[in-house]
Amino acid sequence: MLGQIAYALPFLAEGFALTLWVSLLVVVLSLIAGVILGVGLVYGPAPLRWAVRIFSDTIRGIPILVLIFFVYYGLPAVGVHLQSFWAAVLALTLFKTAQVVEYLRGAVASIPKGQSEAAMAIGLTFRQRLAYVIFPQAFRRFLPPWINGVTDAVKGSALVSLLGITDLMQAINQVIGRTYEAMPLYILGALLYFAVNYALSYASRRLEQRFTFIRE
Amino acid sequence: MGYTLNFNLIWRHFDKLWGGLLLSLELAVISIAIGIVIGLVLAVWYVSAGRVVRGVIAAYVEFIRNVPLILLVYLVFYGLPTVIDVAYSAQTSFVATLALYSGAYLVEVFRSGLEAVPRGQIDAGKAIGLTPWQRLIHVRLPTMMRITLPALSNTFISLFKDTSVASVISVPELTYGAQWINFNTFRIVEVYLVVTAMYLVTGYALLFALRLVERWYRTAR
Repeated sequence: MLGQIAYALPFLAEGFALTLWVSLLVVVLSLIAGVILGVGLVYGPAPLRWAVRIFSDTIRGIPILVLIFFVYYGLPAVGVHLQSFWAAVLALTLFKTAQVVEYLRGAVASIPKGQSEAAMAIGLTFRQRLAYVIFPQAFRRFLPPWINGVTDAVKGSALVSLLGITDLMQAINQVIGRTYEAMPLYILGALLYFAVNYALSYASRRLEQRFTFIRE
Repeated sequence: MGYTLNFNLIWRHFDKLWGGLLLSLELAVISIAIGIVIGLVLAVWYVSAGRVVRGVIAAYVEFIRNVPLILLVYLVFYGLPTVIDVAYSAQTSFVATLALYSGAYLVEVFRSGLEAVPRGQIDAGKAIGLTPWQRLIHVRLPTMMRITLPALSNTFISLFKDTSVASVISVPELTYGAQWINFNTFRIVEVYLVVTAMYLVTGYALLFALRLVERWYRTAR
């Protein structure tokens, strides 16, 4: 039994690497998209605000699995052909972006109004207000929930196994298909996911302790 | 492009989606009911227990929260029966998994709720001669419920969405119904539009109803 699992280890390691790669792509892309849309939600003109609000509430209101199937099966139906890997990354990024938008909105909303008014009073432009006054403070509020939310990307990435992508989850299922050693392999997989996510949530807790103060 | 929407086939098979939605709700309700029991018992135990018990409960919570739900679903349905001698349907297996899953989240919710009960209330309970058990039932739990109800509603709504994972072990809930129509009629865009709307309407209706309950509970008595 152990021999068979040891034999499969390189294959599992590849799956694990793919899980990390998908998660990393999703986290980076959703951070960029989420910050842009989040700024649009807080400071944009009304139509943009409504559009972002509808986008975010819709995405957060449906299961990630439905979103993944919608993107994976729906895009080819309307003539957009993506490799399954990129369809999966796109779906997970949409899901994560909606979360980032909310973290950003919450972080900016937590900055007292007086800060913005004071910046206006000393004649800072809109961009200067964001860059020197709002963002440096909002960053402290944004970081801990964001890092904690990265675990959602890692956990969500396990669903891409359903699209035939050989991530850690799919690699485990394939090795079980050959060896019938279901329990040891599922536990091994659980421990690997646990190790990554626990490290992330631990980091988030540490940061939260460091960043709980806000300079008045 | 040039895709023409045609919902006829969706309506013809709508019973699959409707039945799926009802099953999703049923799975979520049964799971959270068991999850609340798990969460309450463990949270009350946690706040009064020694280090060993606390460690074990914390390990359960951290393990469940940091592992993907789909892996837990596979583990309970395909893994467990290979090591212990049990047989259960996919649906039972999923409910057990989701109950354990929600239990782990609710331990945290209830634990922080119990710790938020003002010290003065417990002291007042002592002062009028309530036993520890009476203090728990008549003072700590009711106050905790009020504090934790919003978090409880949010957990329920996210569990309702999590029931979609049951489709991977062929439990015929809403997402499974969507996939069935997807593969059998190829009206792909239509079916996911309809299913998206069904999840959204149900989710926001639940949220609205639960907020009403919260408001009623806050002002009652």
